Amino acid sequence: MVERRPALAVLAHLVLAVGVAIVAFPIYLTFVASTHTAQEIVQAPMPLLPGPHLVENYTAALTGTGEGAGSNAPVGRMMVVSLVSALVITFGKIAISLLSAFAVVYFRFPLRGLCFWAIFVTLMLPVEVRIGPTYKVVADLGMLNTYAGLTVPLIASATATFLFRQFFLTVPDELVEAARIDGAGPMRFFRDVLVPLSRTSIAALFVIQFIYGWNQYLWPLLVTTGEDMYPVVIGIKRMIAGGDAAVGWNLVMATAILAMLPPAIVVVLMQKWFVKGLVDTEK
Amino acid sequence: MATLEIRDVRKSFGQATVVHGVSIAVDKGEFVVIVGPSGCGKSTLLRMVAGLEEVSGGEIAIGGRVVNDLEPKDRDIAMVFQNYALYPHMRVYDNMAYGLKIRGMSREEIDGRVREAARILELEALLDRRPRQLSGGQRQRVAMGRAIVRHPKVFLFDEPLSNLDAKLRVQMRLELQKLHRRLGVTSLYVTHDQVEAMTLGQRIIVMNAGRAEQIGTPREIYNRPQTTFVAGFIGSPPMNLIAGRLSADGAELLAEGEAVRLPVPVASLAGREVLLGVRPEQLRAGGGQLRVGVEMAEALGADHLVHCSLGAQSLVLRTADEVTPVAGDSITLGFDAGAVHWFDPATTRRIDVG
Repeated sequence: MVERRPALAVLAHLVLAVGVAIVAFPIYLTFVASTHTAQEIVQAPMPLLPGPHLVENYTAALTGTGEGAGSNAPVGRMMVVSLVSALVITFGKIAISLLSAFAVVYFRFPLRGLCFWAIFVTLMLPVEVRIGPTYKVVADLGMLNTYAGLTVPLIASATATFLFRQFFLTVPDELVEAARIDGAGPMRFFRDVLVPLSRTSIAALFVIQFIYGWNQYLWPLLVTTGEDMYPVVIGIKRMIAGGDAAVGWNLVMATAILAMLPPAIVVVLMQKWFVKGLVDTEK
Repeated sequence: MATLEIRDVRKSFGQATVVHGVSIAVDKGEFVVIVGPSGCGKSTLLRMVAGLEEVSGGEIAIGGRVVNDLEPKDRDIAMVFQNYALYPHMRVYDNMAYGLKIRGMSREEIDGRVREAARILELEALLDRRPRQLSGGQRQRVAMGRAIVRHPKVFLFDEPLSNLDAKLRVQMRLELQKLHRRLGVTSLYVTHDQVEAMTLGQRIIVMNAGRAEQIGTPREIYNRPQTTFVAGFIGSPPMNLIAGRLSADGAELLAEGEAVRLPVPVASLAGREVLLGVRPEQLRAGGGQLRVGVEMAEALGADHLVHCSLGAQSLVLRTADEVTPVAGDSITLGFDAGAVHWFDPATTRRIDVG
């Protein structure tokens, strides 16, 4: 901004503060609810200050000793399932996208144009669109209630392939030629030059894909039926029993807070790299 | 025996032929410069020697071995690129060591070679830096270092100084000359800059439209250009070419209705259509052989360029005289017999007389 008027600055900050409050208040409420007993929460008005049952509630949620009417599976186990799936999806996507982008950009092979367009077209087919046939395939392969079933169908990624393709196209041709003269074969060039150069893009993708994997809801809802393979997002849903049954809202809220933590940690820790990967073209 | 031999090498991209059969034998330790305007095929020729482009016809031999079908890494060459092509994520040391490491050389030998190259190029203090932290000239030196450590039979340079500013370019040019004197490696150097060509080259290949117009020492190229293209390309400003017809006795050139008296009659060309070539620096004001109108005078500091017109044709005079004519003046110009070049206007080739 070129203008420097105090009134405008105050207004701008006010708008921002209101915005933050709108976003943050529900999270605060979730946290407050997770520190009371189930009976205290359902009273009106609900308490707005943290209560004394924090440790108790979180322990109950993590170990699955709650007494709600819905599922009381241990959240600790769910967190492990979520973490493993999110990491497998993330690393799988990055590895496959790097390799396919490498192939599309640097090799001349028959039907290269077709391959490129096939990848491009899948952009239009997210999991939700092909969910029926995909479920059939996964079920026939006996991958229901397994990590493979949770992750493999989500790994192929046109978006990441494109991101890497765009990046590879900006790598100067002379670098490829210099590597050829230095005697580096294709895979050597990939390992020693391309991957190190892509590391900021990889970091950005890691953040995006980890959150994507962690937040998966629809697909795990279909392919997991056993409590020991629930990701945490599904766990929350299962804890909420239908009808008038007494829901352990305090534990639901504690689980929600737990489910929010890992993505938040990833974003905070990798923020610098994330921004760099999206903004910077380091050459 | 020649270290690098190029025999009638051709290159076509589909229908378009960009190199029409160039041949040269480069002796051991010789520095050969390929010069020409953009798009003349000079870089393509170099890239064929490097193995980055396939050869469409002819043969390339390095150290007596035909390398047409060899990968670049097996050709015993090293190349310096215009934009340096350093690996951005590697330290200077690793940039130089990378090629050797791939070759499976021992750690001690790599270290010895890299340190030696760093010493020659005065890069010792910069070995731990990354390319991003270096200036243009330093990057250029690292690119040279990467070539030097490989101890190749042939150095290939693809316009290595083009990305530097004018001052640095002059400095690097001198360093390159020193380096070549010191290492004595056979070199093939592509540039579009005639000054680089004249100063660096022991021999020059002047290329135009995919053909070698002339191959010779800088002195030969300057003193006896074989075609009007070479005459116009080498020398700044380019050689003046006056189109006309020689008189029946060969003593005068009739151009634009004027008679230009020649210093020595040329009987062998009497009555022929010719191009008379004289370099701007070999014309002198007040010689009385040629009357021209002054269009414009430019002061360059050390000397002056006077742009003149002879009818519809234009000429440039380069003179160190302080007193220069102004636009609209009519002056006479003179030249010596030794300054005259003759060309055939139909073939554009040089005509040697007497």
